[in-house]
Amino acid sequence: MEFSELLEILSDLHPEVDFETAEKLFDNKILDSFDVVTIITEVGSEFDIQIPADQIVPENFNSAKALYDLICRIEDDE
Amino acid sequence: MLFTSYSFIFFILAVFFLYYTIPKGSRWPFLLCASYIFYFIADPVFPLFILATTAITYFAAIRIGKLHDEQSAYLKANKAALSSDEKKAYKAKMDKRRTLWYIPSLLVGFGILAVIKYTNFVIFNVNSILTGFGGQPLSFVTLILPMGISFYTFQSMGYLIDVKRKKYAPERNFFKFALFVSFFPQLVQGPISRFDDLAKTLFAGNDFDSKVFSHGIRRILWGFFKKVVIADRMLIAVNELIDKPEEYRGMYVVLLMLFYAIELYADFTGGIDITIGVAEALGITVKENFERPYFSKNIEEYWRRWHITMGTWFRDYIFYPLSISTFMQKLSKKSREKLGPKLGKKIPVYLATLIVWFATGIWHGASWNFIVWGLLNGVVIIISQECSPLYAKFHEKFPKVADTFIYRSFTVARTFWLMCALRLLDCYRDVPLTFGMFGSIFTTFNWGGLFSGALTNLGLTLEDYIIILIGCAVMLGASLLSRSRPMRDRIDAMPFALRSGLCLLMFLAILVFGAYGTGYDASQFIYNQF
Repeated sequence: MEFSELLEILSDLHPEVDFETAEKLFDNKILDSFDVVTIITEVGSEFDIQIPADQIVPENFNSAKALYDLICRIEDDE
Repeated sequence: MLFTSYSFIFFILAVFFLYYTIPKGSRWPFLLCASYIFYFIADPVFPLFILATTAITYFAAIRIGKLHDEQSAYLKANKAALSSDEKKAYKAKMDKRRTLWYIPSLLVGFGILAVIKYTNFVIFNVNSILTGFGGQPLSFVTLILPMGISFYTFQSMGYLIDVKRKKYAPERNFFKFALFVSFFPQLVQGPISRFDDLAKTLFAGNDFDSKVFSHGIRRILWGFFKKVVIADRMLIAVNELIDKPEEYRGMYVVLLMLFYAIELYADFTGGIDITIGVAEALGITVKENFERPYFSKNIEEYWRRWHITMGTWFRDYIFYPLSISTFMQKLSKKSREKLGPKLGKKIPVYLATLIVWFATGIWHGASWNFIVWGLLNGVVIIISQECSPLYAKFHEKFPKVADTFIYRSFTVARTFWLMCALRLLDCYRDVPLTFGMFGSIFTTFNWGGLFSGALTNLGLTLEDYIIILIGCAVMLGASLLSRSRPMRDRIDAMPFALRSGLCLLMFLAILVFGAYGTGYDASQFIYNQF
């Protein structure tokens, strides 16, 4: 999965946010729990990657980069 | 033992004194003894229940932890020899073995809670069906409801799930784990702590720090002020309005909404202040459970700021796993095909929302009132989500409106009254009566009663209302001031004389204005029954 593809998913959800630079997305409540579930579902259906529930922690969803790193880790693990 | 009883005051004073005088290493075992004594005094049978949940959770977590260690060691030793598929198969096999400990333990843990709390509710519903078909109703059973069972069960099960998820290693010392489950200030009404949060300070045998201790005492005083001066006084009018629904309709229902909001806030946050204060006086940090909830601008925000530890528990352990489960992923795929991508992807999230709110409702109590209350919360959240594009369009067209004081006040008031309306289900005895009473606001026009002494017929005098009004003004002022800087820091920055004067004033207010005497029932905290 490419970083740009993830950015596309995120931008569809919140077009007003610049995900390339935005940080503390979860801490600052830009992403809520509905968004998190939608992102996981989108990533799962588009790229066949299962993000487990125990990885839903602010550190993994605070920026697009952190989320991308998580996806890469899961891909490597699989 | 009531938090607001003299015996509790003596109990915590003795605990504070002994905790700081015994050797450091004995402090956490002492807290465990104190917690079990606290629970034993409440009812000699209660410790058996908490011990059962503690033992089941402890042994299952240890076993799961060992299986995690075994897996890590094996994979490390055979890193080069195993193919990716072999690793996957091994992990799946080990996961199955962990599940054999995990699922039965969860079932037993939640099963104890379910049997104790919901048996009579099930019998009530079965009887409704049986009598409808002319059958003989079943007898209700008498079961002991251990204090705080929902809180300690959720806290224990959360720990087990975290260990299974490898968030942290299981606690090896049984007695330390027993203290985590039974820590006495939390037994009355939570909050629901996480092991990795509470363990940091719970077992440390903290040294006496006069500043930390005084923070704790100040917080306890603040909690008592809210509970005995405001909540217990307001309770008298609330009970009067609830007990005679046929008499108090229309405007009185609106009054009940307001009064109950004040009582519940002062009662629950007051209790949590006492809990956090007692823990803090011992140098132990317990998570905050409220963040000025009545200033929320929408219902989702309200639930992020009210009873935070319960909300995050349901979010982390039910909502997330459920929403992203294989079943929900399949449902998502199907609903996208049938309903289109936009609506389709929301179906699993909305379904999980309703399930979580159903669970939240039934957690609060075994009655249809709470189930309907929970589901209505879920429905309102879903409607609010669906309306968000409309709000976005509105703000796009009128970009300056959102920043105006009037608009912000409107959103806060809208959320406050919406929550008040939903909370009526917590007040009246059944669902039809609640809806009927809510409807009476629009059919019974008796607002004139407000100006002809209606308020003083509710068991409270004019002086009582003045005390409540001043109490609410103090709570509101503290909330507003703490937005920019925590009240604790503000008080710390005051000169010693002023700081001591404030504490003395609070102490005197509790003694003089506490709702004692005629008409006052030394009631438990509302959330104690959960």
